[in-house]
Amino acid sequence: MAESPLGIWSVPLAMLAGAIRVSTPFIFVSVGECLTERSGRINLGLEGTLVMGAMSAYGVALGTEWPWLGVLVAAGVGLLLGALHAGICQLPRVNDIATGIGLMLFATGLAFFLGKPFIQPKAPNLGAIELGWWSSIPQVRQALQVNWLFVLGIALAFALAWALRNTRWGLIVRLAGENIDAALAMGVSVGRVRLIATSIGGAFAGIGGAFLSLYYPGSWNEGLSSGQGLMAVALVIFARWDPVRCLWASLLFGAAGALSPALQSIGVTQGYYLFSAAPYVLTLALMVATCSPERSLRGAPGELGAVK
Amino acid sequence: MRQAFERIAVPALALLASALLFALLLAAYAQVDPFEAFELMYEGAFGSWFSWQNTLTRAAPLILASLCTALPARLGLVIIGNEGALVLGGLAAAAAGVAMGRAPPLLVQVAMCLSGMLLGGLWIALAGALRQWRGVNETISSLLLTYIAIALMNHFVEGPLRDPESLNKPSTAAIGDANTIGTIPGMDVHWGLAFGVVACLLVYLLQRFTTWGFAMQVIGGNPKTARMMGLDVGRYVILACAAGGAAAGLAGTVEVAAVLGRANASLAVGYGYAGILVAFLARHHPLAIVPVAILLGGISASGGLLQRRLDLPDAAVVVLQGIIFVAILASETLYGRLLPRKQES
Amino acid sequence: MSDNLRIGRRGLLGAAAGTAAFGLSGLALAQKPLVVGFIYVGPRDDYGYNQAHAEAAAVLKKMAGLKVVEEEKVPETVAVEKSMESMINLDGATLLFPTSFGYFDPHMLKEAAKNSKIQFRHCGGLWQEGKHPKNTGSYFGYIDECQYLNGMAAGSVSKSGKLGFVAAKPIPQVLRNINAFTMGAHSVNPKISTQVIFTGDWSMPVKEAEATNSMIAQGVDVVTCHVDSPKVVIETAERAGIFTCGYHCNQAKLAPKGYLTGAEWNWEKVYTSFVDSMKKGEAPGNFVRGGLKEGFVKTSAYGPAVPAEARAKAEAVKQQMLGGSYVIFKGPLKDNKGNSVIAAGTSHAQTDPVLESMNYLVEGVVGSTS
Repeated sequence: MAESPLGIWSVPLAMLAGAIRVSTPFIFVSVGECLTERSGRINLGLEGTLVMGAMSAYGVALGTEWPWLGVLVAAGVGLLLGALHAGICQLPRVNDIATGIGLMLFATGLAFFLGKPFIQPKAPNLGAIELGWWSSIPQVRQALQVNWLFVLGIALAFALAWALRNTRWGLIVRLAGENIDAALAMGVSVGRVRLIATSIGGAFAGIGGAFLSLYYPGSWNEGLSSGQGLMAVALVIFARWDPVRCLWASLLFGAAGALSPALQSIGVTQGYYLFSAAPYVLTLALMVATCSPERSLRGAPGELGAVK
Repeated sequence: MRQAFERIAVPALALLASALLFALLLAAYAQVDPFEAFELMYEGAFGSWFSWQNTLTRAAPLILASLCTALPARLGLVIIGNEGALVLGGLAAAAAGVAMGRAPPLLVQVAMCLSGMLLGGLWIALAGALRQWRGVNETISSLLLTYIAIALMNHFVEGPLRDPESLNKPSTAAIGDANTIGTIPGMDVHWGLAFGVVACLLVYLLQRFTTWGFAMQVIGGNPKTARMMGLDVGRYVILACAAGGAAAGLAGTVEVAAVLGRANASLAVGYGYAGILVAFLARHHPLAIVPVAILLGGISASGGLLQRRLDLPDAAVVVLQGIIFVAILASETLYGRLLPRKQES
Repeated sequence: MSDNLRIGRRGLLGAAAGTAAFGLSGLALAQKPLVVGFIYVGPRDDYGYNQAHAEAAAVLKKMAGLKVVEEEKVPETVAVEKSMESMINLDGATLLFPTSFGYFDPHMLKEAAKNSKIQFRHCGGLWQEGKHPKNTGSYFGYIDECQYLNGMAAGSVSKSGKLGFVAAKPIPQVLRNINAFTMGAHSVNPKISTQVIFTGDWSMPVKEAEATNSMIAQGVDVVTCHVDSPKVVIETAERAGIFTCGYHCNQAKLAPKGYLTGAEWNWEKVYTSFVDSMKKGEAPGNFVRGGLKEGFVKTSAYGPAVPAEARAKAEAVKQQMLGGSYVIFKGPLKDNKGNSVIAAGTSHAQTDPVLESMNYLVEGVVGSTS
């Protein structure tokens, strides 16, 4: 059997490649949810938004032959779903966690319902940028194939972190999330801030879905997301409500997910189920190691999950 | 009087609104006569004794699974690890059933239930303990534990515990016909339904009439007050999580002992996730869980008929479930506002 | 009271089913169409396993005196039992095809015991005389023959000598395909190795894409797969510019450049013969198997990348298979741990049930069964 020239080094390289390929939807969903949660609202329904985004992007790309329009439409669909969630949660006595779960079911179901005609056809995909042109090793070149959405996701994470810290608008979002009374006293319309923050969060998740169906794995089917949106929402807590940490968490999660196929491809084949669970074990272990009862909720918006 | 009227009228309004929305989707997009669809749904879910049994069978695992969310919710915890506890409960039950082999069936059945509940309980108690002692958010840890549990189950079913005879559906060895838990006399529904109803009743009585229940209510209302009153919050958190996990573990046990006869990947088909939904929709009230689970069971029971007769996609019923849930949750806002308020002194 | 009603209803339907199934009355047959139920585990249009069955069901739909009812995405739990019961009780189905592996035991067997007048035929199960009820049966195709031919084509075009196989779970049917594929490749180039990656489940698009990419990173230049829907694997490979062999259905459209050939089901053949026996008033066969010769499976047309010489070699073997004289699994055969699995001089014809409980990977496969 011909050994790969990289030998065991192919595993970390594959994990880097996996991080770049797989993490984008996690980045978009978690950064979007980060904004939403900083305004004091939880949207657990982003899994459904992700799937709706994937379906509508694929449908539009198929119909118009223009995948970037698909991305735009996915963002629009996500925006609407986010606004719907915000609108319902704004009613008195309505619980946002439960509504999120309900909307997740609704959006997933609707995507499957409307998406039946798109399972078979092949839609044009978003292209890749070759960042590995300098290398002669094909693995490196393959690993460094990235999509513009990945770049956009990274930029958004940093931009959001900066905006939350340094702009008037960021201050208003944080105020709405930290303390309703103070916000009201300042004349901030908490409802409107949350509506906007939740809608934008939804739009981000929609784009994440478009990445799934139009770039990687790059086709529409019903098993496409299988919980990635839900996991991304959980990563926000893991990242303690910081957009840049959301980015790192997503990359780490993507890299860990590439471990199982990478190990199998160099011949380490036993216990692949256990290796597939690596991202979850790693996340849990990191949380256990870094949390403590005193500072676990440091960074948590004060109004988050407040029972109404 | 006013409250009783609202308890009926508000959900009824929500259901009516969802039916209208769904009808619109059917008529406009799928070009299906909505009345025919509703008639078929009624026929498939509640139209005959056969359909009722179909509905109840589908509701059974959801009742037990939803307690995994509903019980800890009394303390203000959001646990979504139902699926993990259910899957591991099923695995433990199968392992126990296979290990006990030819012991008297009743003994084997009891052992299966206990081991399923034990492992399910421990699994969720772990999430509770991590929250209490390490401050790890229980929602995310229970979700992570679910994925880990499913991986463990698959590993054992396809590795150490695999029965080589199971060929193309990797499974543990069968627990044997003698050890299976049969159906409730007089109906074609397995005992999981009865277990679920009894568990809900028990939880209700515990919550309503015991000091424990009261203490949990206090903690759920305000943990700081509870601590000042000298309540051991940590113990209650872990206990509630363990009890919830045990209920889900029992649901897994019933899947193994009454439906599958062995543990395999069919344990992880989403009963746990549906259970979360049921719990939230029932507002974590143990007595509301049963009718909500039956409603959900009925909708999924009717899905097949919609596919066969009207050529609607399987997702049609999921859309309806989603609409109903969102409508019912949104309708919460109507309580106290439906009738013009009387002058109160 | 209601319990009595139920028995009454089922008794009535059972009687009707009996006449339809065994043709006691030609009149009843003419009036009542034969109702056939199909149950799929995934979506009907998945470019894969379920689509292969649904395409055959669509052919049946056009036949006169026949009504086809279908349900998709039915999990392998009590849900499939209820779907079968519902088809029997509410639609009057008398012939049922639960098409997924996991439907067989216990679900279909349970329903068969409850409804002794209804015929159940399962795709893929290992029906055994005396052990399983008479009104049940199983059918399957020897698609490993096509996988062997896939392997021959793959072996002739591979430059790196590394083939890739994305598989769901290490079950006998999957292992048999991996082995046949590898042995086919060995027949043209003995140095070739096949890398296997198990994704752990039947429909995991992201993992399938990841598996394909990690194999490409290792220098694999032909991939095939055994998952419910090959679409993602085929598309990912085509994008990376490597070759692919199809599975379940014809995926040539998804990979116009790299598609070599493919292993396809031809369920139409099986289902029409079942329906014909039902119409004649006979119970369909209980243990039905067939390969290329019987027309249960077929191969996709060769893609442009397969050189004429390689086609000729593969065609020669295919002719022997069509004649029924070719044996794939014969000794001496070693597994990839060096143990002998088939002794020299022993050969297992395709019909040999031993092959249906295969639990090893042959020499040349990189991977393990657990």
